[in-house]
Amino acid sequence: MYTYDEHDRTFVAERVAQFRDQVKRRLLGELTEEQFKPLRLTNGLYLQLHAYMLRVAIPYGTLSSAQMRMLAHIARRYDRGYGHFTTRQNIQFNWIKLEDAADALDDLASVEMHALQTSGNCIRNTTADQWAGVAIDEIEDPRIWCEIIRQWSSLHPEFTFLPRKFKIAVTGSPNDRAAVRVHDIGLRLRRDEKGEVGFEVIVGGGLGRTPMIGKTIREFLPKRHLLSYLEAILRAYNLAGRRDNLYKARIKILVHEIGVEEMRRRVEAEWAAIRDGALDLPPQTIDAISRHFSPPAYEPQPAVDLAVERLRLESVSFARWLKTNVAPHREPGYAIVNLSLKPEGAPPGDASAAQMEAVADLALAHSHDEIRVSHEQNLVLPHVKRADLPTLWRKLAAIDLATPNLGLVSDIIACPGLDYCALANARSIPVAQRITRRFADLKRQHDIGELKIKISGCINACGHHHVGHIGILGVDKNGEEFYQITLGGDGTETTALGRIIGPAVSADDVVDAIETLVETYLQKRRPGERFVDTYRRVGDAPFKERLYAAA
Amino acid sequence: MPLLKDGRLVEDPWRIIDDASPLPAREPTIVSFARFQAERDQLLARGAPLGVRLRNSDAIDALAGAIDRLDLIALEFPKFSDGRAYSQARGLRERLGFAGELRATGDVLIDQALFMRRCGFDAWEIADAAKAPRFVEAFATFSVFYQPAGDGRAAVSALRRFASAGRA
Repeated sequence: MYTYDEHDRTFVAERVAQFRDQVKRRLLGELTEEQFKPLRLTNGLYLQLHAYMLRVAIPYGTLSSAQMRMLAHIARRYDRGYGHFTTRQNIQFNWIKLEDAADALDDLASVEMHALQTSGNCIRNTTADQWAGVAIDEIEDPRIWCEIIRQWSSLHPEFTFLPRKFKIAVTGSPNDRAAVRVHDIGLRLRRDEKGEVGFEVIVGGGLGRTPMIGKTIREFLPKRHLLSYLEAILRAYNLAGRRDNLYKARIKILVHEIGVEEMRRRVEAEWAAIRDGALDLPPQTIDAISRHFSPPAYEPQPAVDLAVERLRLESVSFARWLKTNVAPHREPGYAIVNLSLKPEGAPPGDASAAQMEAVADLALAHSHDEIRVSHEQNLVLPHVKRADLPTLWRKLAAIDLATPNLGLVSDIIACPGLDYCALANARSIPVAQRITRRFADLKRQHDIGELKIKISGCINACGHHHVGHIGILGVDKNGEEFYQITLGGDGTETTALGRIIGPAVSADDVVDAIETLVETYLQKRRPGERFVDTYRRVGDAPFKERLYAAA
Repeated sequence: MPLLKDGRLVEDPWRIIDDASPLPAREPTIVSFARFQAERDQLLARGAPLGVRLRNSDAIDALAGAIDRLDLIALEFPKFSDGRAYSQARGLRERLGFAGELRATGDVLIDQALFMRRCGFDAWEIADAAKAPRFVEAFATFSVFYQPAGDGRAAVSALRRFASAGRA
């Protein structure tokens, strides 16, 4: 894991002191709310429906036990005893008082955390594959690059007042678990024909009200040039991105309006002028950051663990959990364990302070002190001995974090929606809760197989509904909550945007509608087909017919 | 407008001349980018200090051929949240090598002052002279910088390399 040095510690301390002064000036009336807003936003503080919300950065989703324990402390001390893990691998606390915000940031700084640039029109937390460093299909650990980007983008003087927010994601594997094609910039580590590792650079993806799939602007960028190339893209965007219309200000609109060829021309021209300058990344800088992400000291393990195999046969629950929640690890005898934050009836992504503390203890005992947060709003213990799986499973079950539903119908992504958010048109969380209750039968869930449902409470698409196999978008119809359904979205390496299947359905009907779609799939599917595969083969028609025939 | 430069309030020797008015003979004069483009040769031949004021939508490359003969470039922040002038400033300093006064005008606030300085600004037109000391304090808010920019300060990565080379 990355650990702060003296520079990092000084920086974060100076940042908190600066924010404390800004809050003081706001409370004294020296700053107007308009002037204060971007300052609090770049410190992660939003004004929501009921209170201030603090969004804490979890860089590329990696946490130590001590950091997780601090999040529990923040939840208890400054909030109502829980937190909400987000689709950007961050955590949000929904009930913060403005007067307490700087104290909370001080507490976070004590464990090398901050809320820097989790909001505002700046470069946000760079996200990565939650299995970084341990996935079997990985070319190189993307977190090295996320950390390099985190440092470069921290209070970047030129890019703190961009036309709009800016999100970067990095994947180190050909199987994309970081949704890089729906980010402002997506970086995909790849090898060129000589075997050298570099980046495919993708720009102009995004969701929101105008979803777009990112376009490849450069097939292969040598690693040492990463920052100069990013700076060239950001500069082209900062100068030419639209500032006349909030809804057209993201880089995707610029790329769409001028075309990817013209965007490439501008970026390459800027890059030519700066590529060999001070942003060049010499090997020793890359190596120094890489060393922070060296694998932990794994111990030799037996090839087959009989206790695991025995329990697999004896317990159907354990067998199901192994199937969905445990993934293969690059180190023999180890496993990646995914913790579901989607038990039946719970708000997706929420964790109580007690759960956070328990996870911190489990990470210390079973996962080399390391925890990950996934963009699908679950947690991961990345370094677990297979021999520990039975014990760990029992401990997780005791704190309701062993629901065997990763990737299944109840593993729903949902934004906070109208329960919390000032922008929402409709509630998201209750819809997710009702779906998980309808499909509570785990045998049925496992029979349905992989199915990604994603729910957004408004067109800003924080719940990523455009890339859900089934997407659900809350809309307001004359003061009533309605839900528009899309099918066929995909946020992985085969990125696709879902298509609207027909008229929106009422809040009362939405769960029945989802069940009808699932039943249609079960009737039509061929062996081995996931929901999205069947949809791609048969198209809209059978789903549409079944869904709207009754109406 | 009070002018902050070299860490203190100074007398502003420059006059802004609108596009329709004749130029004064000797005084340091700031003209618009449009006028500069239209009357470039006469302006450069005038033999008195010359400054140009750019809007934040103007392309700085048009100044490339004359950059050494300009004494001042003024950039605009129509709203503090419109950050285009940061990129213009860095382009002027780092790519075109502009060495004269780079002046921030418009919605120039304390909380953005350090960003401006890092991008290469060295003069600020501020609305309230009484706030000048707060601007100067704001320049010292941070001692650690993670990226190279237009002010020539060493970034953390360079300091770390230097430190590890020292140990080796």
